[in-house]
Amino acid sequence: MAYNLKTLTEKEERFTGGHRMCAGCGAPIVVRTVLRALKPEDHAVIGVATGCLEVSTCLYPYTAWKDSFIHSAFENAAATVSGAEAAYRALSKVGKVKGTTKFIAFGGDGGTYDIGFQALSGAMERGHDMVYVCYDNEAYMNTGIQRSSSTPKYADTTTSPAGSELPGKVQFKKDLTMIMAAHNIPYVAQTAPFRNLKDLYEKAEKAIYTPGPAFLNVLAPCPRGWRYDTPKLMEIVRLAIETCVWPLYEVIEGKFILNYKPKNKLPVVEYLKPQGRFRHLFTKENEGLIDEIQKEVDRRWNRLLELCGEA
Amino acid sequence: MTKERKMNIREDMSWRDMPQGGHIIDAGNAEDFKTGDWRSMRPVWLQDKCKQCLLCWPVCPDMAIPVEEGKRKDFDFDHCKGCGICVEVCPFKAIDFVEEE
Amino acid sequence: MAIKDKLSGNEAIAVAMRQIDPDVVAAFPITPSTEVPQYFSQFVANGQVHTEFVAVESEHSAMSACIGAEAAGARTMTATSSQGLALMWEMLYIAASMRLPIVMAVINRALSGPINIHNDHSDSMGARDSGWIQLYCENNQEAYDNLIQAIRIAEHKDVQLPVMVCYDGFITSHAVENIELLEDEKVKEFVGEYKPQYSLLDKDHPISMGPLDMPAYYFEHKRAQAEAMKNAKRVILEVAQEFEKLTGRKYGYFEEYKMEDAEVGIVIMNSTAGTAKFVVNELRKQGIKAGLIKLRVFRPFPFEELGKALSHLKAVAIMDKADSFSTAGGPLFTEVRSAMFDYARDTKAVSYIYGLGGRDVRPDEIMKVYQDLLEIARTGQVKSTFNYLGVRE
Repeated sequence: MAYNLKTLTEKEERFTGGHRMCAGCGAPIVVRTVLRALKPEDHAVIGVATGCLEVSTCLYPYTAWKDSFIHSAFENAAATVSGAEAAYRALSKVGKVKGTTKFIAFGGDGGTYDIGFQALSGAMERGHDMVYVCYDNEAYMNTGIQRSSSTPKYADTTTSPAGSELPGKVQFKKDLTMIMAAHNIPYVAQTAPFRNLKDLYEKAEKAIYTPGPAFLNVLAPCPRGWRYDTPKLMEIVRLAIETCVWPLYEVIEGKFILNYKPKNKLPVVEYLKPQGRFRHLFTKENEGLIDEIQKEVDRRWNRLLELCGEA
Repeated sequence: MTKERKMNIREDMSWRDMPQGGHIIDAGNAEDFKTGDWRSMRPVWLQDKCKQCLLCWPVCPDMAIPVEEGKRKDFDFDHCKGCGICVEVCPFKAIDFVEEE
Repeated sequence: MAIKDKLSGNEAIAVAMRQIDPDVVAAFPITPSTEVPQYFSQFVANGQVHTEFVAVESEHSAMSACIGAEAAGARTMTATSSQGLALMWEMLYIAASMRLPIVMAVINRALSGPINIHNDHSDSMGARDSGWIQLYCENNQEAYDNLIQAIRIAEHKDVQLPVMVCYDGFITSHAVENIELLEDEKVKEFVGEYKPQYSLLDKDHPISMGPLDMPAYYFEHKRAQAEAMKNAKRVILEVAQEFEKLTGRKYGYFEEYKMEDAEVGIVIMNSTAGTAKFVVNELRKQGIKAGLIKLRVFRPFPFEELGKALSHLKAVAIMDKADSFSTAGGPLFTEVRSAMFDYARDTKAVSYIYGLGGRDVRPDEIMKVYQDLLEIARTGQVKSTFNYLGVRE
């Protein structure tokens, strides 16, 4: 079915207002779009890693989730959901549960790239029929903007602060989507809330309804941590995509497919400039650092083009 | 607008009257919690300029743009936090953004 | 008719698990518990159970997957030891607070460091305040019996708490002993069908589990959890009575061995109780009124019952196969003596820490403990409250 916003509004919202995520947070946009991809007749079990999303959407005695929800700890959303999925298989076998239940785990980059990486890798390798969605806001936002392995190079965070000796985080961002692709699971995609959210919605739908494990890495800007004005969210995402900092692609049964190729690839500086976390890169002392970032972005982009047969 | 709920947890209640394990048995009851008073800025829907393209609808982090029969309505100000994402994505300048009174 | 067999403790546990036929088992190997998931996965491979076996990548994920499965309404079991239990530590508390009746065999082994694969009770003692019910077993028969009872205790509507069934690494887990097994149908009937009150898979009643809980409610949730543990005290005895009707084997909070007229006694757990009973018999031959209490239920702690059971002794030694490094005795000592303050204030109590890291405990060493107690009983004087047994000083 062609992507059509009007038709989609007819589906019931499975995630409610009244959650306590910050104004302008990218994560709830990701969550509601992913859940919208569920068929209305299907039930979902959703597991969330400790983090902004969990503490803000399930704050006793309120829950913003209309499906079944479980949070247990920080590093184990994938393992927890894999257990629920195993239960579903066992109980379906003996006819104790009926109908279709889908299993979705959400984690931030902290709960996914870092502390939850082992559980994620394990659950994907074991082949559970589940989707793991990383809402990647590129730092540990829940505890107050500490660097993660997903934080981009030279970003200023509270544990990789820009100072007179160090210009922010000194390492490049871990390429988790590629690492998940190397798990050779049925479906891996990198996406973001872009334009009318078609890319994110369609990938969520494929991820949920492809049998076996699937992984979605979704860029989810954090206005506080990235330091831009909240209304700019979609513009920031657009710049991440048009500069090729965050390419949209998917890996289906090992085949790389590029989903969006900018007609006019923008220089990375366009993406860095509106964000306070990169402000220090525009001083005289830090000249040359943006070139370094550009070089790495180009290198990764060119490699992706090769993998996608677009070079 | 509070719907009928299966549990009515209050701060003066005994532990004996709460579901075990901290379980929340009213799915989606967060909508009873109003976040509208967080706003410092307020979106204003300019109905005459709105072409009902619905681009504003999916980008709202707070599900605060109700759509009925394919047409958006005025904001749900009980939940809108005034982030302004909808203001920026509107191609027709049909959403104003003003200081909250 | 009961089935007579010869099985190691781990085999007995695996057989009990096969008979229980849980919905999900998620486990990770660690010596000496490894055999449990090994035997069990063979049952899965042979189609002898309907269980989904989740071969997780760590014990942390084992307990996390058990939590997810149990929350989804599945009867869920696992097994671990030592570092594995330590790695689960965070999740143990969460399993208990979410009121998930997971049943886990803990094959007791020393905790690192230095690394040591042999038996002591540091692992499960470290988890004593995690909110799990803890049952301790002297031998393979008790391990088997306790595991079957554990399902009923855990899942009881007034309890809804996870249970650890603890037995000694290698000594019990690997030694082959005679055992009486129940028929498969009898176990199936005894444990019954699991009907969870809440389930993530109940699509007509979607539920959120594991919320952020602020000061306004957290304490109430913990209080409710404590009440469940209180209820477990009653349920443990009810289940034991039913089990006795089925098997003739009697279980309580603890076993009293030659305690009626005893003047001196020791309190001990797990396999060393066997050695100690031998010593009691030797002493009795000499006309010495020695007795023994083997604790089965450490959580909930039978405070009043145990305190009262010690009240007629002149002196008691509380034997810990774990050190708490408090300089004030092991964990069992601390709790037993606390109970004695209310119920056995005239009985002198001393602490012995023994057998750490699998150090053998010989009858002559236990004999020495009784001799110390007899000296205390005779003089009324305690020379040394805190003692180590069998270490080279």
